[in-house]
Amino acid sequence: MRIHLTSIFVDDQAKALKFYTEVLGFVKKHDVPVGEQDRWLTVVSSDEPGGTELLLEPAGHPAVKPYRDALVEDGIPLAQFAVDDVHAEYERMSALGVRFTQEPLEMGPVTTAVFDDTCGNLIQISTQPQ
Amino acid sequence: MADELFRALSDRTRRIILDELVQKSGQTLFEICSRLSMKHRLAISRQGVSQHLAVLEAAGLVRSRREGRYKYHDLNTAPLRHITERWPAPDAPEPEEKTP
Repeated sequence: MRIHLTSIFVDDQAKALKFYTEVLGFVKKHDVPVGEQDRWLTVVSSDEPGGTELLLEPAGHPAVKPYRDALVEDGIPLAQFAVDDVHAEYERMSALGVRFTQEPLEMGPVTTAVFDDTCGNLIQISTQPQ
Repeated sequence: MADELFRALSDRTRRIILDELVQKSGQTLFEICSRLSMKHRLAISRQGVSQHLAVLEAAGLVRSRREGRYKYHDLNTAPLRHITERWPAPDAPEPEEKTP
C-alpha cells in the first residue's frame, strides 16, 4: 500500500490553486470539473511530479467549518510539508504577506513553523537532518 | 488569589510552560505542546496542556488573547509581585539559580 493522494479542505479552489502554486511552489497535476462548480484539483511538488498528490477539496460540507475553526484556534496544522530550510521559507513567505502563527522553532534536530494557507487551514513546514 | 497563584506554581509542567512563555510570549496551544514534547520530552496530551493553561490563567499568570481565528497565550508575571511584597527579598544581589 502506498500513499498516493491526500486532501485538504479549501474555502475557494481558485484561490487555493493560486496560493499553492504561486506562493508554495507546487504544480497543478489534475483539474477536472466535478458536479456543477467543483473541480477535482490536485497539485504535486515540482521536485516530485510523480509523487503524492494533494487534493484541494471544496470545504462545502457543514462539518468542515466547526472542525477547522476549532483546530485553527489552537494553532493545530492540518498538513505538514518538508522544506530544506524553514528559516529561509519563513523569510521568503513572510515577505509575500503570509501569516505565521508559529515562527521557526528549533527543537533538537527538528525545526518547524506554522502558517495560514489563506484557504482556512494551518500548515506546518519542517526540516529534519538527513 | 494567593491560593490560585501558589497552586499554579506548584506543578513542574506549569513552571516549564512559564519558562517557555518567557522565551517567547504569544504562543498557540500547538506551539506550547510542541515545546513540551520536543524540547522537554514530556508525555502530555493537548487536553492536559489545556488544563494546565486554565490553572495558570486562573492565577493570572497567563492571559489568552484572540487574534482573528487564532488564540495566543501570553505570559503575565504581575501576580508574582504578591510574593515579594508579602515576603520581601533582601536588596543584595541574589545568586543565579535555575531549577525547573
